[in-house]
Amino acid sequence: MFGWLTQTAALAALNLRSLPRRPGAAAVAMSGIAALTGVFAGVLSMASGFEKTMEGSGQEDVALVLRSGSTAELNSRFSSEQADVIRYAPGIVRDAAGEPRVSSELFWIVNAVGKSSGTEANVALRGIQPAGYALRKGYRLAEGREFTPGRFELIAGRGARNQFAGLEPGQMIRFGKTEWLVTGVFEAGGSVFESELWCDVNVLQSAYQLGSGFQVVRAQVDGAAGRARLEEALDGDQRLAVDVWSEEQFYSEQAEDTTALIRVIGIPISVLMAIGAIFATLNAMYASIAARARELATLRALGFGSLPAALATLLESVALALLGGVLGCAIAWLALNGFQASTLASSFSQVVFNFAVTPDLLAQGVTAALVVGLVGGVFPAVRAAMAPVTVALREL
Amino acid sequence: MATQLIQLTGVSKNYRKGRETVRVLDGISLGIDKGDFVGLMGPSGSGKTTLLNLLGGLDKPTEGLVEVDGRVISALSPGALAKWRSSNIGFIFQFYNLLPVLTAARNVALPLLLTSLPASRRKQHVNTALQLVGLTERASHYPRELSGGQEQRVAIARAIVSDPPILLCDEPTGDLDRSTADEIMDLLQRLNRDYGKTIVMVTHDPRAASFAHRVLHLDKGELGAPPEETPGAPGGTSP
Repeated sequence: MFGWLTQTAALAALNLRSLPRRPGAAAVAMSGIAALTGVFAGVLSMASGFEKTMEGSGQEDVALVLRSGSTAELNSRFSSEQADVIRYAPGIVRDAAGEPRVSSELFWIVNAVGKSSGTEANVALRGIQPAGYALRKGYRLAEGREFTPGRFELIAGRGARNQFAGLEPGQMIRFGKTEWLVTGVFEAGGSVFESELWCDVNVLQSAYQLGSGFQVVRAQVDGAAGRARLEEALDGDQRLAVDVWSEEQFYSEQAEDTTALIRVIGIPISVLMAIGAIFATLNAMYASIAARARELATLRALGFGSLPAALATLLESVALALLGGVLGCAIAWLALNGFQASTLASSFSQVVFNFAVTPDLLAQGVTAALVVGLVGGVFPAVRAAMAPVTVALREL
Repeated sequence: MATQLIQLTGVSKNYRKGRETVRVLDGISLGIDKGDFVGLMGPSGSGKTTLLNLLGGLDKPTEGLVEVDGRVISALSPGALAKWRSSNIGFIFQFYNLLPVLTAARNVALPLLLTSLPASRRKQHVNTALQLVGLTERASHYPRELSGGQEQRVAIARAIVSDPPILLCDEPTGDLDRSTADEIMDLLQRLNRDYGKTIVMVTHDPRAASFAHRVLHLDKGELGAPPEETPGAPGGTSP
């Protein structure tokens, strides 16, 4: 046992020392594997970043009331009377003055021009009530001031401001026939709300002739028990046909379709690239063995075994793959981690999110590289072990 | 009385060449004593290197037995043969077969990696071997920094570093000029005479062969009578 381990270590060290003599083949294998892990980590960082943004948006103690059967705010609708019934339902937390912590809201889509693309994209313009600020975890006014109720004013989420033109505090921006003053920029803990523009819900109703109704009622509840009480009360009310969601669950489900789509596209690309990388590794390793056929034969003539020769070849392949994998992950991390992008979410509005090259993804990328190295090294390793010593010794 | 170290009995070796079977060695029987220095000569393709490979356990005979020091090596498994080679055989090749990424000392140390010797003892052995071939001052040089003769000396040091009883040399002077070849042959002769190494050497060079105690001639896979003219050794010890 000790014997072949020492032999394998010695032969692997020799193989690695001889790598600089074969820079071309080694570079092709390494860059193939680096490209694989880079694309793998890159594509999946998009999915994980989007997921993180969406899942970080919801709170367990906030309930969303939507029209029964609606899976998005956009296709929900209540009258103001129904919204009032919900507002005073049991299970909702009240403030010091005894007022329920509720924000009845409208979710409207407007067109804004992307800063980098120069093309128009859907952006969410959300009308909120004063309690709406406190219902968002991590809400903070970062620049300027909040909008004044009753005026055509809005505040822009930091993500929306970064992605779209005309959203700097003090700027006027036109959506349809209405011109709005951007009064400030807000943060909301990196959540989906940072992709939105917020204004007074009553102003939004009048600006786009939306009547007096709302699309969603957002309410702070006393945990899961409070939400259950609210749900029970609303279910039993003949005037309403609504569904009560935990905000956390709502955004988690909203994320599923988009992240699944990114993965459906990303994983086959990665698999194709992995196949390419396996061939590049095979090629590099066969080249390595061919270039050192006489050396390997000499070592075996000296008494080194064929199993250590095979294992050392496999280790060389894995080492190349590891270098390529680390390189690819480093490039993905440096180039993409925190990179801000936006995509059309199931709410039909752009959601701004940051690519997240997480430690998990890096580990998966390096693991994929190692698998490629192992698979790509097996046949060359067998060849290294089986090559007839007497023939190889005579090769020049 | 000399003790027999190597015994070949009815050894034949066939190779497949496409659909054809080529008989490279045909019923060779041969004994080599401990401390002998045997030259193997013959035309190209006569089976000299094949015979050397069988003696060194790099290949197995199609028929017959190869015994070394009473052990039938032709019956050993590949793994057992590799282990046997590491302690019994030192190979010396025509083109030296040094590893270019290693210094002379590290090349010489390679066979010692197969032993359980600690690093300090390995270093000691390497120094002794390099001293014996007169290359102590070149220990840290890479093969590309050495002349052909020096490379062959390093290869000889590598062959003797683990003190194997048998040295198998395949055209050890084939790539060297006359005077360097003589130096190498002097060195091999010294290893035979002073250190008791049993040497079997394949060569085309009658001058190199003249250093051997006896010269065997192979032709078409059979041992035959030597040709009439074999030049005398320049200081050889032919019996």
